[in-house]
Amino acid sequence: MYTLTGLKLKNPTILAAGVLGTTGASLCRVAREGGAGAVVTKSIGPAPKTGHSNPSMVRLDCGFLNAMGLPNPSYPGFLQELVFAKKNSSVPVIASIFGGNPAEFAEVAEGLLPSNPDAFELNVSCPHAEGYGAAVGSNPCLVEAVTAAVKDVVNVPVWVKLTPNVADITSIGTAAESGGADAVVAINTVKGMVIDIESGYPVLGNRSGGLSGKAVKPVAVKCVYDLYTALEIPVIGVGGVSSWEDAVEMMMAGAAAVQVGSAVYDRVDIFSEIGAGIETFLERKGYSNIKKIIGLAHEMV
Amino acid sequence: MLPLNAKITQITEESPAVRTFFFDPRFEDLEPGQFVMVWIRGVDEIPMGLSRNNSITVQNVGEATSKLFELKEGDSFGLRGPFGKGFTLPVKGDKILIIAGGVGAAPLSPYAEAAFAAGAEVHTILGARSAGDLLFEGRFEALGNIYVSTDDGSKGVKGFVTDVLKGLDVAAYDRIAVCGPEIMMSSVFRLLEERKALEKAEFSLHRYFKCGIGVCGACCIDQSGLRVCKDGPVFSGVQLIGSELGKYSRDASGRRVKI
Ligand SMILES: Cc1cc2nc3c(=O)[nH]c(=O)nc-3n(C[C@H](O)[C@H](O)[C@H](O)COP(=O)(O)OP(=O)(O)OC[C@H]3O[C@@H](n4cnc5c(N)ncnc54)[C@H](O)[C@@H]3O)c2cc1C
Ligand SMILES: Cc1cc2nc3c(=O)[nH]c(=O)nc-3n(C[C@H](O)[C@H](O)[C@H](O)COP(=O)(O)O)c2cc1C
Ligand code: FES
Repeated sequence: MYTLTGLKLKNPTILAAGVLGTTGASLCRVAREGGAGAVVTKSIGPAPKTGHSNPSMVRLDCGFLNAMGLPNPSYPGFLQELVFAKKNSSVPVIASIFGGNPAEFAEVAEGLLPSNPDAFELNVSCPHAEGYGAAVGSNPCLVEAVTAAVKDVVNVPVWVKLTPNVADITSIGTAAESGGADAVVAINTVKGMVIDIESGYPVLGNRSGGLSGKAVKPVAVKCVYDLYTALEIPVIGVGGVSSWEDAVEMMMAGAAAVQVGSAVYDRVDIFSEIGAGIETFLERKGYSNIKKIIGLAHEMV
Repeated sequence: MLPLNAKITQITEESPAVRTFFFDPRFEDLEPGQFVMVWIRGVDEIPMGLSRNNSITVQNVGEATSKLFELKEGDSFGLRGPFGKGFTLPVKGDKILIIAGGVGAAPLSPYAEAAFAAGAEVHTILGARSAGDLLFEGRFEALGNIYVSTDDGSKGVKGFVTDVLKGLDVAAYDRIAVCGPEIMMSSVFRLLEERKALEKAEFSLHRYFKCGIGVCGACCIDQSGLRVCKDGPVFSGVQLIGSELGKYSRDASGRRVKI
């Protein structure tokens, strides 16, 4: 067992927000069949949203580009899914939430409390939802206020998910920490765009979106590295992790655990595979426990 | 993969509300039952079963499909796929039953032809609202026995495909492949469940698709959490026991909607 902000995880791999997280049954499948140590839900907001029109996600040679547009059934609509996941997943379930201001964040968090999520993850980082996500997350004052507002109404850990689409991610991380965050999660997708040269149309329904998968891993590693230096609270690494080697690298940069999103494209049981790979690596290298590799790169000078 | 550019080579009017769009290129290694994501540029991208390895057969029901109906031969749309898991091909000597309702005949027609080519005996129950809406009657008829049902009785049995199915000996078939409106599929499901034939039956499901590639989770079904776009759209009857089939689906926001 492995402890992260007080949650008990069987391995340090967590399903990233917005991936296979629309239904309780899907979250359970990722936990059971996939072997994830914990699962994060789709980001849930104050009102139902259908999201952007399709195409909402395409696979590229170097990763994936998406602009889902935060589709969600709103917190009243999602309660039954969260209840199902809590009851049947047998791993910690983290509710990802979003809003346009501190009051909305607090409203959604309180609204989901009856289903007893094990933690909240605040999405202040979606790059393609006007007025939400990164619109909040690139403003340190707002991030601190949002974090504090949610901390005020819940008594479970609060993680804050950061966008890399800012000049200095550590200033946003610091704001989250000041607001009382128990951990930060980095990174959400990196702004990107693809254009269909046959027609000249941008491919995504939203015209542009966020890059994930392989291409963003070095960006994520650098963000995690910098946040590890700047903050006291744990950093959860996400972005382009698709193998145990990627997970170990992210941990050496400073990640206390990793989240995996796009890589479920290859196989749903990627989580157990990464978990087992990390274990074997620790044994082979003679590390007595996982803490020995967290932030290791910082010592190697 | 980015959408490839599919050029419309021919358009066939199957009935007033249904058209087949033939396109170039063709998908040589299509698994019958697989689907493509059809991008009508500037409008939307929607899932469509492949009715041949170079055609989709579309019912005009809303915004994207009506925009598609405005396209002419020589125009083009974007295409991603083929995606998902198709129907299981029978082996030589197998006897199979196709149960098709409405545009559900689209993905079943290449399956019936592939099964026939593999040496199976192919029987079909083809249902539609009325005689003019029967889709691909000729294609199925060319392969073997065909039983027709129409809601208004304008051709074949008056009633539903289940009314025909009730009179057939299900035990005589090695495989049963089903696609059509969800209400129809769930009645077929219940009938085959009663006759203990779910193990050899396969159903092609429809759910709201966003990514189409198994990542976003929009299309997952209860209670298994299986993804219709990647683990399906074709599921075995056994996979669907106790599922949401015939009860509810989820809309684009993820809200449950009663069937
Ligand atoms: C695997 C699969 C195969 C399909 N094969 C065929 C086929 O061969 N022929 C055919 O005519 N239709 C097929 N459909 C249904 C087809 O996708 C919808 O009719 C089409 O999306 C309607 O789009 P619209 O904009 O014209 O309608 P809208 O006005 O947007 O809505 C009408 C209906 O279409 C559904 N719909 C809209 N967008 C989507 C979407 N992204 N994913 C799923 N459903 C959607 C809505 O739920 C609604 O009930 C298939 C669906 C799936 C999931
Ligand atoms: C289809 C898709 C939907 C996503 N939805 C959300 C979301 O709702 N909330 C959120 O915080 N992040 C969302 N993300 C971002 C991921 O959680 C993750 O931060 C990012 O994809 C990088 O990780 P990856 O390379 O492992 O995918 C989404 C990503 C994808 C690909
Ligand atoms: S539509 Fe995204 S997982 Fe099926």
